[in-house]
Amino acid sequence: MTTAPARHRTENPSLAGRFRPLEPLFKGMLLASLALAVLFLVVLLSYVVTEGWDRLDPRLWENFPSKLYPERAGAQSAIVGTIYVIALTGAFCVPIGVMTAIYLEEYADGSRWWNRMIELNIQNLAGVPSIVYGILGLGVIARGLDLGRTLLTASLTLSLLVLPVVIIAAREAIRAVPGSIRQASLALGATPWQTIARQVLPAAVPGIATGVILALSRAIGEAAPLLLLGAVTHITFNPSGITDSYTVLPIQIFNWTKQPEAEFHTLASAAIVILLFILLAMNSVAIWVRNRYQKRW
Amino acid sequence: MTISMRATVRTAAVLSGLALALSACGGGGTDDASGSELSGSVKIDGSSTVAPLTTVASELFTEENGRVQIPVGTSGTGGGFEKFCAGETDISNASRPIKDEEKAACAAKGVKYSEFTVANDALSVVVSKENTWATCLTVEQLKKIWEPGSKVNNWKQIDASFPDEPLKLFGPGTDSGTFDYFTAEINGEEGASRSDFQPSEDDNVIVQGVSGSKGGLGYFGFSYYEENADKLKVLQIDGGAGCVAPSVAAAQDGTYKPLARPLFIYPSAEALKRPEALAFVEYYVGNHAKIAEAAKFVPLNATQETALKQALDALKTQAG
Repeated sequence: MTTAPARHRTENPSLAGRFRPLEPLFKGMLLASLALAVLFLVVLLSYVVTEGWDRLDPRLWENFPSKLYPERAGAQSAIVGTIYVIALTGAFCVPIGVMTAIYLEEYADGSRWWNRMIELNIQNLAGVPSIVYGILGLGVIARGLDLGRTLLTASLTLSLLVLPVVIIAAREAIRAVPGSIRQASLALGATPWQTIARQVLPAAVPGIATGVILALSRAIGEAAPLLLLGAVTHITFNPSGITDSYTVLPIQIFNWTKQPEAEFHTLASAAIVILLFILLAMNSVAIWVRNRYQKRW
Repeated sequence: MTISMRATVRTAAVLSGLALALSACGGGGTDDASGSELSGSVKIDGSSTVAPLTTVASELFTEENGRVQIPVGTSGTGGGFEKFCAGETDISNASRPIKDEEKAACAAKGVKYSEFTVANDALSVVVSKENTWATCLTVEQLKKIWEPGSKVNNWKQIDASFPDEPLKLFGPGTDSGTFDYFTAEINGEEGASRSDFQPSEDDNVIVQGVSGSKGGLGYFGFSYYEENADKLKVLQIDGGAGCVAPSVAAAQDGTYKPLARPLFIYPSAEALKRPEALAFVEYYVGNHAKIAEAAKFVPLNATQETALKQALDALKTQAG
């Protein structure tokens, strides 16, 4: 651990001195792609901020939606609903996703056909459109398990939706832990479980956290499956339990943009800013966790 | 090394615990400003056209009954009836009467209900402000424009006196009750329409489209015209008895034909056994005019009002 290689840049002397005519062109193209992506983000952000500026004040999170008094309307129920749904989704999908990943990486025999089939299925599931999960949630969770159109149903459905992403990210993170760590742990007499719990998992935390946040970021913006699962568009109370009715920010925004009154369009932009803010806050936590727990071998 | 890693796990656990704890402090505080005894919740879903009306009713009602929760969903008229007949909601909003297959679904589940006409809407046909030539269209002309397979793509094809200006059509998406009603009244068959127009589930997109193109034409509910009267010109409609512009009075007295349509709510008899649901429906019926005006719809006329009161009495008797 004394001579840790520089991680961020490979200083390869044999490449540094050469000049190739395509090199600057390629670099220029890369920069242009980056600039384009950033430009879109900046344009989007400045657009919603200017559009929603008039309503970016405490009314937005202190008040409930109102059709009668647009100037008093707020999105508290949607903000609280979003936080509930995301927290519950995280609570469901993280343990299941990480445990699945541990099984697949540490225990499963990759030469068996069923294990390969499970892997293939998980990868395919990651690409299934979200509305399909909505239909599944409606049929199986809301009606089959008779949980109704509640917070619980929404969180379970969104957990299913993002579970493949969590599993794939967690597997990558676990795989990135060097085999020598495991061997050393086992050689010192630790059981496989002790090795996983005390060596492999802690070392994989940064990667898992990043994957989880990416997955939850996908879940937070979902409106399509929740429309089917009974997220309502006008709700003037916060959920007080997991079997309550609820709404989430994307649904509230969607509803406001459809109203005839211009005030609601401003309100929708302001709510988009709040949604982006929650998203950025989640991402910052991920970055913090990654930097805090990063290990170098 | 091991100690620091244990600390890592512990901190991670604390972090996830914190996230859960944070989520738990959102709920709880339902403020109760009024002294009303009623509590509980009334679940409503259905048409997005009727939703503003019921939303206003719910807001006004909860101002006086702070402990009653009335969430309003917008799954569309069909989606609303699906939930309603499965017994999942107490009241269904509808921009068209219940269909036979929906009646059968309700009957299969033993859901009894009654149809309440709570307001009227005047479907408004709008053109751009720059359109100086058209003021009134007959139902025949509208049919010529909108019927399936219509090849009309220029204003002069509608009427010889109109200028040579390309016609651009905008309308609600095929899932909407507005589309169903318009096609039924104008083309004579529900859902029968030319398909080469620009559909949108969002009426504001239609406002944008029509106001932005000189030869544009579109239709939607009256409230969208009222909100955008500065950007759009509304056409009079000649249903056989002369040109009539959409207005509250014309929709109420029935002269705005055939595009004035009733809007419905369907409360279930089962729900009315609960005091909070009964109180809400009674409030809705008792204040229908105030609610319709606040939601920018057309209030009922005297005949419709009597029918509404009778419907409520009948359903109350049924609920026991």
